[in-house]
This record gives sequence, structure tokens and C-alpha cells, in this order.
Amino acid sequence: MTNAGLLALLSHWRHNPMQLFTLVVALSLATALWSGVQAVNTEARASYDAAAETLGEGMFAQIIASTGTIPQEDFIALRRAGWLVSPVVEGRLDGIRLIGIDALTSPGGLAPVGLSDGKLTIEMITRGILFATQETLERLGEVDVRKFPSSDVAPAVILTDVGTAQILLGLDGQISRLIVAPQQPIIQPPLEVIAPNFELIPPQSGSDMGRLTDSFHLNLTAFGLLSFIVGIFIVHGAIGLAFEQRRPAIRTLRALGFPLVHLIALIVFELVGISVLAGMIGVGLGYFMAAALLPDVAATISGLYGQSISGTLHFRPEWWVSGLLIAVGGTALAAAASLWRLACMPLLASARPHAWAMQARRSRLIQTVFAMFLLVAASLLGWLGSGLVAGFAMLAALLIGAALALPVILDGLLAAGERHAKSIMEEWFWADTRQQLPGLSLALMALLIAMATNVGVSTMVSSFRLTFTGFLDQRLASEFYVYADDAQQAASLRAYLELRVDKVLPIQSANQDIRGLPSDIYGPVAHATYRDNWLFLDAVPDAWALIEAGQAAAINEQLARRAGIVIGDEITIAGQPFKVVGIYGDYGNPIGQVIITEAKFAALFPDISPLRFGVRIDPSRVTALSLDLGADFGLTEVNMINQAGIKAFSLAVFDRTFTVTGALNILTLAVAGFAILMSLLTLANMRIPQLAPVWAQGITRARLGRLEIVRAVLLALLTTALALPLGLSLAWTLLAVVNVEAFGWRLPMFLFPLDYARLAAFAVAAAAIAALWPATKLARTRPVDLLKVFANER
Amino acid sequence: MLLSVSDLHKSYAGPDGHLPVLRGIKMLLARGETLALTGESGSGKSTLLHIIGGLDQPDSGIVAVDGVDIGAMDDAGRAGMRRDKVGVVFQQFNLIPSLTVESNIGFQARLSGRLDQNWIKELADRLGLSAQLGKHPEQLSGGQQQRVAIARTLAAKPALILADEPTGNLDEETADKVMELMMTLAIETDSALLLVTHSHRLAGRMGRRLHLRAGQIERAEE
Ligand SMILES: Nc1ncnc2c1ncn2[C@@H]1O[C@H](COP(=O)(O)OP(=O)(O)OP(=O)(O)O)[C@@H](O)[C@H]1O
Ligand SMILES: [Mg+2]
Repeated sequence: MTNAGLLALLSHWRHNPMQLFTLVVALSLATALWSGVQAVNTEARASYDAAAETLGEGMFAQIIASTGTIPQEDFIALRRAGWLVSPVVEGRLDGIRLIGIDALTSPGGLAPVGLSDGKLTIEMITRGILFATQETLERLGEVDVRKFPSSDVAPAVILTDVGTAQILLGLDGQISRLIVAPQQPIIQPPLEVIAPNFELIPPQSGSDMGRLTDSFHLNLTAFGLLSFIVGIFIVHGAIGLAFEQRRPAIRTLRALGFPLVHLIALIVFELVGISVLAGMIGVGLGYFMAAALLPDVAATISGLYGQSISGTLHFRPEWWVSGLLIAVGGTALAAAASLWRLACMPLLASARPHAWAMQARRSRLIQTVFAMFLLVAASLLGWLGSGLVAGFAMLAALLIGAALALPVILDGLLAAGERHAKSIMEEWFWADTRQQLPGLSLALMALLIAMATNVGVSTMVSSFRLTFTGFLDQRLASEFYVYADDAQQAASLRAYLELRVDKVLPIQSANQDIRGLPSDIYGPVAHATYRDNWLFLDAVPDAWALIEAGQAAAINEQLARRAGIVIGDEITIAGQPFKVVGIYGDYGNPIGQVIITEAKFAALFPDISPLRFGVRIDPSRVTALSLDLGADFGLTEVNMINQAGIKAFSLAVFDRTFTVTGALNILTLAVAGFAILMSLLTLANMRIPQLAPVWAQGITRARLGRLEIVRAVLLALLTTALALPLGLSLAWTLLAVVNVEAFGWRLPMFLFPLDYARLAAFAVAAAAIAALWPATKLARTRPVDLLKVFANER
Repeated sequence: MLLSVSDLHKSYAGPDGHLPVLRGIKMLLARGETLALTGESGSGKSTLLHIIGGLDQPDSGIVAVDGVDIGAMDDAGRAGMRRDKVGVVFQQFNLIPSLTVESNIGFQARLSGRLDQNWIKELADRLGLSAQLGKHPEQLSGGQQQRVAIARTLAAKPALILADEPTGNLDEETADKVMELMMTLAIETDSALLLVTHSHRLAGRMGRRLHLRAGQIERAEE
């Protein structure tokens, strides 16, 4: 009996291969989308981690020498004494930053290349290889060392072993600094005893950049989830339609005495089979799609799927498993409603297709109530809720509520169109579109979420980029920064610089508690650099003039939010009152910050003299200056920051992310377009009886086909129009709610109308292309088939 | 002559080669005339009706409506002919499911630009549909749906009315009433009526009768 039942169920697919195909493709695409987003997320994380590791260097304590470089003998002496330190040699080669590390002794996690691979490590030690991204290697001139492209290395950085770095940089026997491993032996002689002129710099708890990017990862993770929801909507649609069309077969089986429980078990078995198959295709597809779309992702994929760099595919088992689980779990989620309906279906329920539309209309009321409930919940959460969980819950409620409300809103709009129709064809067009809505609504919901996600992603990424570059402009307004090792060097450096550059801006800070919160007090000199570049989130007019007068201060957003300080409040610094006249964004800084004028600073903290200097100089002279400083003061990379270099670096990192999100945008829209195609194809068969009377009364098939495309475009346009505000609220929630909850600062939101217009054009194009085939099919329907509607008992 | 059919041939591709259905049909129909077409099941009555209505195409032969050969028309021309000159009532599924009864009745009339609200009101009245105008077809019984289809056809005042067993699924009494009305209204609007039916009783009330057998008109009687 089981065999007979299974055969009866499966024979449906034999007669409708197209439907099986769409179901498998939909599931595969959902899985691929999920894997793809995971890949994208990991790619982003990998580039930021590479950046944080090679640039941040704050993770580990370091030893530097006040004389500049560390002689190799001292390194050996330290190792002998039991200090677990690892040498770093760095400098510039053709203007590109070159870092030499010792793969054997460097603490794990520091090395941006997969050094756990034993073969590579040995090669690095014995022969020397330059690791860098392909672009960086292309910029590098002729060198007599093997080059190895690796996208795990941060842009504009070359990584190699200590020996090779020393040769290339001409630093024979010299080491720039030592990295101190976090775990050290309990007994070891103090540093001063072995090397009196060495200084131990404690690790900084996470670099600014690292904190900033944590926020970005959180947001991308949220979008990974959203992409998955898009996929599930599509699978839900595919399964629902397959169930619907098998109703007659199921009814017949049951009428013949096949037990319902047995039938459901068979269907579950069948669905698991299909979802495992589709899941495997999806995981593979996700890999190939990502690898083909973006060369950048390939490297990440190699980490994800365990592919060796040579180019052969080795998928990691856990990735197969998680991809399959997503596919099966998603199918279960999507099929639950259909199975439930099947279980409740009376034996003789009508097998006619439009019974389904009727039922959809009946359940619309429940859907409306549920959507309203979710939307109200979302706004209540946004208004009253606090905490990260509330932020994410708001996101989910907003999205699902909006998706559920979509058919209801569209129906209202179409009904209004019907009421205002002038000609009978217009009236029919609106009414007929309304009738198609239940069958199309899942695909349209998928389009809505895909569009909203895309608008959200673009807004978030672009806002992030704008904010970040703006922040860099503000913080690194000077072209060049120099760090002195001690007060004496600082004084001579300052004198040296005053003669050669436009302006030297000393940077000095002191640590103080403001309203019980640890904060850094800064005392910059009055200069146009600050007035021109420092953007306040909130300030009184002429804030800088008030600060320069010595009675006022500006504070960062973190301090303002945490201590509840607003403009006009008074704070006390070292016993002296200051009025807060400005609040500025300070993205990524974990603690509070206050700015007062230099004169006040000197009066309050007479012991502190500046060790750091911002230097205003013609950007073209920066390289020459840094070479001079290296020669005259023995300053290394650690002591100098080239603002332009940092900016170029961060922008390169962003552009990588942009390629990836751009591809993701196209992919989600393509999937939504596919969902529309699939729904239209499935509806096409049900449409014949709806269209035949119109045709018989004198409308050509060609015109009906054209209207079919117009309909798809219209629905896509309406959906897109609704997706825009949804996507913006999504972005707002992420930037202004989730981010504030998670990190204590608010990422400002910018609007990018051109991006949105382009996305809308894509969405409409996707819908039009999806409608093309069904419409052509319709326009070519043979009259004989249309006439069958009137002749046969259906 | 409103309708003239000459030497019409049509065959369908069957499992064992071509299956001829119509083999040299010839007939004429004038305005104000009523004609019954009978024949056993599968004799080709519907096929002939569809070809006359420009819904299907013959293999050979000429169908002229108002003196114009519809075989020479393209798809759009035939659609225009259906819209402006012909009204068809099928056995079932005549109506557009997404439109209300009122819009269904007015559909063809508005398409052909011959909308006459008073006439529609009168038709709805006389066919007993006044209470159903706001409903959708799926909310009507089979007999009510057929009456809506008839009202729709008459509303457009077409020159040629083609009806394919329009009362096939009505009980005798209702069928009689509906047919009576259809004939009266066809004559009132000076249309020609071609009715396909199995019922000899109904056929007997038409002005002329034709019988289809073996693909040819077998008997024409007054
Ligand atoms: N689309 C088609 N393909 C193949 N054969 C067809 C097709 N339509 C009709 N036929 C055949 O043509 C013949 C005539 O069909 P038609 O529907 O015209 O008969 P009818 O006289 O209207 O019958 P009924 O009284 O049962 O409605 C039948 O033998 C039928 O099987
Ligand atoms: Mg017939």
C-alpha cells in the first residue's frame, strides 16, 4: 500500500516536471542565498580582521626600544631569559607597508595568513615568500622574492618572514618591535634588568577600528537572517502550490481508503528527500555563485568550505550539514501550514483550483489582524523597548508584519483602482489583478522583503562608509601624525617640525572620571583644523569660540548618553566647572572623551606634556618627511601615521564590502524574480478559464499577454513603493536602535535616492522578465485549448 | 445575407491520422431569422459554431459575416468581429469570474461601445437578475449564470447570436422560459439566432432546423 501511495504521489511530479523543477530550484536558491550571505559575512569579517590584526596591533603587549630598533642579540637575550616574545620587522617597500613576522613564535591569531598550515610555515622560514592581495602585489616593483597572492592579508600590506623583511628593508640584524605573547612563564626576570632602554606597552583592549567593525558585523548578521526569511517565503510558496495542485490526487487516495496519517508520513518522507537534494544543490550553488560573482569571496570561501588554495574543492562536512539543515528546516517551516491544512481538509473538499483562492480570501482577515498586531508590537518595541533583544524582536516583527500586510494593502489599492476605472477593460484589469493576488502574494512578499533588505543594506553600508570616512577626516584631519617615545624626544621633535611644516598641533590627554565614568580629557591648541573638520551632533552656535574662551567643553556621544549629559549641562574636570557646548560623534571609542582648550589643559594638568603631534603639511611632502624623521630621529612606522594611507586603506576595505553587498543585492532580487516567475507559471493553468470568456468576447490573446506583463510590472512597482519606507525603517532600526543598544553610539543615517531608484528599476525589470515567459505562453495558447473551457465538464 | 457558409471543411488530428469532422458545410442565415442546429454528440455542432464565431479556423471553405470573409482576417480582425458583430453563449463557464454580474452583463456592450443602461436594466429585469447584479458569478447557481450569459450577449445587440446548448444544464421549465425570452429578444433586436441543441422540443420552436450527420448538413426543413 505504501508503495502504491508513494507512486501516486510521485507520479504528480512525473506529469508536472516543471513544478518539481521550480520547487527544487526555489529551495536550492534559498539555501544558496543563505550560504552566500554567510560567505559574504565571513568575507567582511575576514577583511576587517585582517585589517585589525595588521593595523590595530593592539591585541598584544609590545616591547619597543627608545633608541628606535631593537638589536637581534637583545631579542635572543630576552628569549633566553624566558620572555615569550616574537620579533616584528617593518618598513616600506615601494611605499607599501611591509611587515615581517616570525611564524613560529608569533602568538596565534596575529598571523593574517593561515599559518596553521605546516607546509607554508616551513616554506616561509626557509625560503621567504611575500604574502599580499593580488592588487598589492601588482603595485610592488621587481623584487627577488617569491610572491604569493592571498586575500587574507589586509589591502596595501605585504606580509613576510623576519629574515626576508630585514633583507628587503636593509635592516640587517635589527628588529622594529617585539610582540609579547599573552601567556608568559610565572618566573622571569624584569624587563629593566635585561634591557634597560626597552619599554613595555600594554595591550589596548580592542582597537577603535575593531569596535567599529563589530557593529558592522552585527548588522550584516541581521541581514543574513533577512535573506533567509526571503528564501523561506519562496519555499513556502512553492510547497503550497504543489500541495494545492495535488489535492485531487490526495482526495482520490483518501477516498480509496488510504489512512491520512500514512499519507502525511509519505509526504514528509517525500519532502525530506526533496529538501536534502535541493540543499546539496544549494550549498554547491552558493559556493559557485559566490566564487563566480566575486573573486574576493573565493578566498573566504576557502576558509568556509576548507578549499585548499590550489583551487580544488574540498567542502567541509560541517558546511554541508549546516546547509542541509537549513534546507530541511526551512522546508519543514514552509510546509507546516500546508500539512496542517491537509490534515484538516475534509475528505470531499473541492478539488477545484479556485476553492483555494476563496480560502485565501477567508484567511485574509486573520492575516490582517495578525499583521496589525505585529506592526503595533514593532512600534511599541521601538518606543518602549530597550536592549538588544528588543531591537531584533522589533526588526522581526516589523518585517513579518509588513509582509503579511502587503496583500491586504495591495488589495485595497487595486480595489480603489477598480472603483475609479473608466473603461470596462480597465475595470476588468483591476478586478482580475485582484483575483490573482492570493496566488502571487507569497512571491510579492518575497520581493518586498528582498527589496527592503536591499534598501536597508545599501543605506546601512553607505551610511557606514560616509560616517566612517567623515570620522577619519575629523580625527585624522592633519596630514601626518608623529608619536614621540618620551618627553625629551617630543620637545626636539616639535622644534624640528616647527621649522619644516605648516603647523604642528600637539595632542595631549589626561585620564579623569567625569560623573563617575572614566574619560580622556584632550587639550588641543586653537586652530582652524578643528573648527573646520570637527562636526558636532549637537552644539550651541559658536561652540569653538566658547571652548577657546576657556569656560566650556565638548564631549563625545558615549559620555553624553551614558551620563545623561545634554547641551548646557555643567561637568567638573579636575575640580573646575565647564559648560558643555558641543556633543560630537566618536565612533568606536569605548570610553568618554572631553575637549577643552589648550591653555586650560595646561593649567589643570601641568605635568602632562604632549608626546603626539598632528602635522599640517602639503600631502605630497608626507613621504619625504617620514623618511627624514626616520633618518634623523630613528622613528619607525609605529611612530608615524600617514593620514592619506589610513584613509586609502579603509576605503579599500569598504570597497571590498561594497562589491560583495552589491552582488548580494542582485542575487536576492533575482531570487524574488524567480519566485514571481514560478507563481505566474503555476497560475497560468488556472488562468485559462478566467481569460477564455474575455477572449471569446473579442480581446486578442496578444493583448491579454501584454496585460499580463503590465500586471506584473504594476504589482512590482506597488510592492517596491511599499518596500522603500520599510527598508528605511529597517536601516533606521539597525543604525539607531540595535547599534545604540549594542555599542552605545548611534550611526547617523544618510539617504541615497539614486541607489534606491536603481534598485527599484532592477525590481521592476526582474518582474517584467519573470512575466515575459508566462505572458508569451499565454499569448500563444491555442484557441482549441481556450474553447475547451466552454465545452468540457471541468 | 448576414451569414453565409460555403464548402467548409475541418478535421482534427486523431490517434489514427486525420479525423474529418466537417465535410463541406453550406448554410445561410439572415437577420431576424432563428435556426436550430441538431445532431448527435460528436457530430461537430460545436466545432461549426466556433468557426462561424471566429473562435476557431477551418481547414478550407469560406465563412462570411455581413459579407466579409473572416478567413482572410488576422487574429485582431477576428477579435474585432467577435466584439462587434457576434454574441456567443456557451454551455458553461461563460462569465468572467473576477467581475460582478452587472459588469459581466455590460462587458461586451462596453467593449463594442454600444452600452445602453436602460436596455441592460430591462434585460436584467426580464431575465430575473435584478437582485443578483452586485454578486460575483461563483455566488450564482448554474441556471442563473446561464441567464447572465444570455443577458450579456443580448446587451451588446450583436447581429449574430450563437448559442451552444445554452440551457443544457437547466430544468425543462426554466429552459423553456429562458429560450422563449431569448427568441423574443433576438427578434426584437433584429438579430439572427443560431441555436445548437439536442432538444427536439426547443428545435421545433425555431424558424428553421438543420441536422448535422457525418460532417454534412443532412436535412433542412421548414
Ligand atoms: N480539440 C479537439 N481535438 C481533437 N478532436 C476534437 C477536438 N474537439 C473536438 N474534437 C472531435 O471533433 C468531433 C466533433 O466535436 P464537437 O465538440 O464539435 O461535437 P458536438 O457535436 O458539439 O458534440 P456534443 O453534442 O457532445 O457537444 C468529436 O468527435 C470530437 O471528438
Ligand atoms: Mg458541443
